[in-house]
Amino acid sequence: MERIDTYPTHSFEGYKLRFGRPSPFGATVVPGGINFSIFSRNATYCVLVLFEKGAKKPFVEIPFRGMFEKVGTREPVWSDFRIGNVWTITVFDIDYESVEYAFRMDGPGGKAQRGAPAYHRFDPTTFLLDPYAKAIGGRDVWGKQPDWSEPYQHRGRIIYDDFDWESSTRPEIPMEDLVIYEMHVRGFTRDPSSGVRHPGTFSAIREKIPYLKSLGVNCVELMPIYEFDEFENSRLNEETGELLMNYWGYSTIGFFAPKAGFAATGKSGDGTMVADELKSLVKELHDNGIEVMLDVVFNHTAEGNEHGSTISFRGIDNSTYYILTPDGYYYNFSGTGNTLNCNNPIVRSMVLDALRYWAAEYHIDGFRFDLAAILGRDQWGAPMANPPLLEALAYDPILGKCKLIAEAWDAGGLYQVGSFPAYGRWAEWNGKYRDGMRKFLKGEPGTVGDIAQRVQGSPDLYLARGTTASINFITCHDGFTLMDLVSYDGKHNEANGENNNDGGNDNDSWNGGAEGPTDNPEIRALRRRQIKNAVTIMMASQGVPMILMGDEFGHSQSGNNNAYCHDTPLSWLDWAQAETNEDLVRFFSNRIAFRHEHPALRRREHPTNRDIVGSGYADISWHGTRAWNADWSPFSRTLAFLLCGKHAVRRGGSDDYIYVAMNTHWEDHEFELPGLPDSRQWRVSANTAMPSPEDCFDPGAEPLAANQSSFLVGARSVVVLVGR
Amino acid sequence: MEITITSLSDVQHVLLTGDVDGKSAPEVLEAVLPLITPQAKLLLDLGGVAYMSSAGLRMLLSTFRQVGMQNAKLVLTGVAEEIRDTMSITGFLHHFTICDSVEAAQAALA
Repeated sequence: MERIDTYPTHSFEGYKLRFGRPSPFGATVVPGGINFSIFSRNATYCVLVLFEKGAKKPFVEIPFRGMFEKVGTREPVWSDFRIGNVWTITVFDIDYESVEYAFRMDGPGGKAQRGAPAYHRFDPTTFLLDPYAKAIGGRDVWGKQPDWSEPYQHRGRIIYDDFDWESSTRPEIPMEDLVIYEMHVRGFTRDPSSGVRHPGTFSAIREKIPYLKSLGVNCVELMPIYEFDEFENSRLNEETGELLMNYWGYSTIGFFAPKAGFAATGKSGDGTMVADELKSLVKELHDNGIEVMLDVVFNHTAEGNEHGSTISFRGIDNSTYYILTPDGYYYNFSGTGNTLNCNNPIVRSMVLDALRYWAAEYHIDGFRFDLAAILGRDQWGAPMANPPLLEALAYDPILGKCKLIAEAWDAGGLYQVGSFPAYGRWAEWNGKYRDGMRKFLKGEPGTVGDIAQRVQGSPDLYLARGTTASINFITCHDGFTLMDLVSYDGKHNEANGENNNDGGNDNDSWNGGAEGPTDNPEIRALRRRQIKNAVTIMMASQGVPMILMGDEFGHSQSGNNNAYCHDTPLSWLDWAQAETNEDLVRFFSNRIAFRHEHPALRRREHPTNRDIVGSGYADISWHGTRAWNADWSPFSRTLAFLLCGKHAVRRGGSDDYIYVAMNTHWEDHEFELPGLPDSRQWRVSANTAMPSPEDCFDPGAEPLAANQSSFLVGARSVVVLVGR
Repeated sequence: MEITITSLSDVQHVLLTGDVDGKSAPEVLEAVLPLITPQAKLLLDLGGVAYMSSAGLRMLLSTFRQVGMQNAKLVLTGVAEEIRDTMSITGFLHHFTICDSVEAAQAALA
């Protein structure tokens, strides 16, 4: 039986309509037409605007209230297509593929002047983008100069969400088993050296899946892929003439739409095709055992402060979507002009709807929330003890198996590493892991006690939450690359055109003896060793490791620690380095394989520092140059730990014993080795003091240590032994 | 959109000329579906198609699914390089047998 509500009841200028369905919000393909639904608490008038794709002028504007004709009798009738605060209408016989849509709204307050504060910012002459638009046109091809005379810049499109996933399943990899690879979609393959068919796109990542597999990562975390405007605040660098862009994209235009300019199919102007391309990437990653996490920006939008432009939310319901001062200025906890009003019930629902949509329609496995501390602020900006949004996300049924990761701080001074409201679900980017590890690696005194916490999964921060609350990282997109961390004492952001004033100054970096590139072979060798030290310790730490793309082959940004604006080889990976620095790639992939091999490194609970299985060894024990005697003194730069293999189950038996000796001193030290039980012997898994290929050995092929009672750990080196 | 259907012995040859988009895809599907009977052999010739939108790709997949349900056979030919590339990028390509010529397609259907 056909539903009887699939027929129009009204018409307007020849377009057939009926009262729509309020749920779901947005534009939805329904039998016979498109259903439109949009919320505004304060709007007094609303018009649906339809364009032919790319047209400057609409072909029809349909008011949600006014005089219409009855279908059949053509009798005039007054109608109000609104329920509560939702305007909704179904329009029949329009081709979803060839139209773009907008809204115009009017409401109280009069027209706010640009730059002036205002509680409401209604302007009935502005075309407004639907906050629920599933595809957004206007920036279809990355970097193509927009037509600025176009009154409707970011254009709502309608798509079909009917991708055929076949039998593809979500990997649902246990959190403790993840090795995350943080990636910028464009920068990963944009450089011609990537050798892919469509550089800089979703589809290009698909071509690189064999590489990701050989590296051994099992989760890619994509930097923002929600539609953003790469031309936002774009400008020419006065010295170099380079066009500086919003390359990173931490500035959302629509929370439901993928960035069309990241799709090889973006040029088609076909939103469904762009969605298909991204879904196809997710499907193939899943089929290869790799999860997909999105870096999502819900703390602010691209609309800026009172000087910014009205794209969507401001003109729909400014006071609902943003945290405003009593005078009508935008609070700026994000450091970017405005703050999304995340704990307003309407906005909270929108965030939840968006995440559910990405999880359900795109099969996304997890989310990393940019400046997530903002998500815990109330409608007046104050931090809350029990933020409803964070609780709702933690308990949501559709997000029930998604990983939730917080960047647990914001630009308003709220720092919640270790104290982010977790509800048993939330993990955190562990900023203290990064800072502590950097200090230790460069040989700062007074760091071994801190490092002991970090390699155990930071029980000082997450004891009640387990090791998987800690995302361990030493580098991420924000700050130095790993190569730059060991090559520069200070940042070099001159190319950003802000007199090197932007970017952090607390880098805890060390250049090893010369600033930047050098021919000095000793310094070069030291830098490679430091890189290997970093990844060796990270892969041997409890918690969830995250690598920045390109660190595995020494990608450098020439000392720039804030490369958000460079769509140039400065940011793009140079794949030739994967060959010239093949030893680094090999070392990374070896250390990742080592981690996957040993469950003792991937515990869910923190080590107890006690023997709870009767092996005679504590699950973790601490050592130094003398076995069983760690040097915790302020000037100690040596530390070793032993993981007892009998505290972990591997393939029905026990794991190997694992001994990690770290020497960040500038002199060699002989480490006395703790004795092994049974007839186990020490074998060498990694020794960063050795040149490649003796720097690491495949799991199962580790050679016996020549001396079973002590091991010489070179200056600024890390040694990993396995006992079996 | 021009749809030309001819019988090449037991093979139904459907030649499409024009773009397959949101407007024409339903027309094509309407013309093709009656041809999909049990054991039918269908040769969809895109030789005259320069552009295919996401609705066009969906038309292909719907046809493929119907063919599967009827235990029929489907082969594509005349697929422009750009369309083949789009099918690959969007995850549609692997469903289909694509032949470079009508003769090869007939052989594949035999």
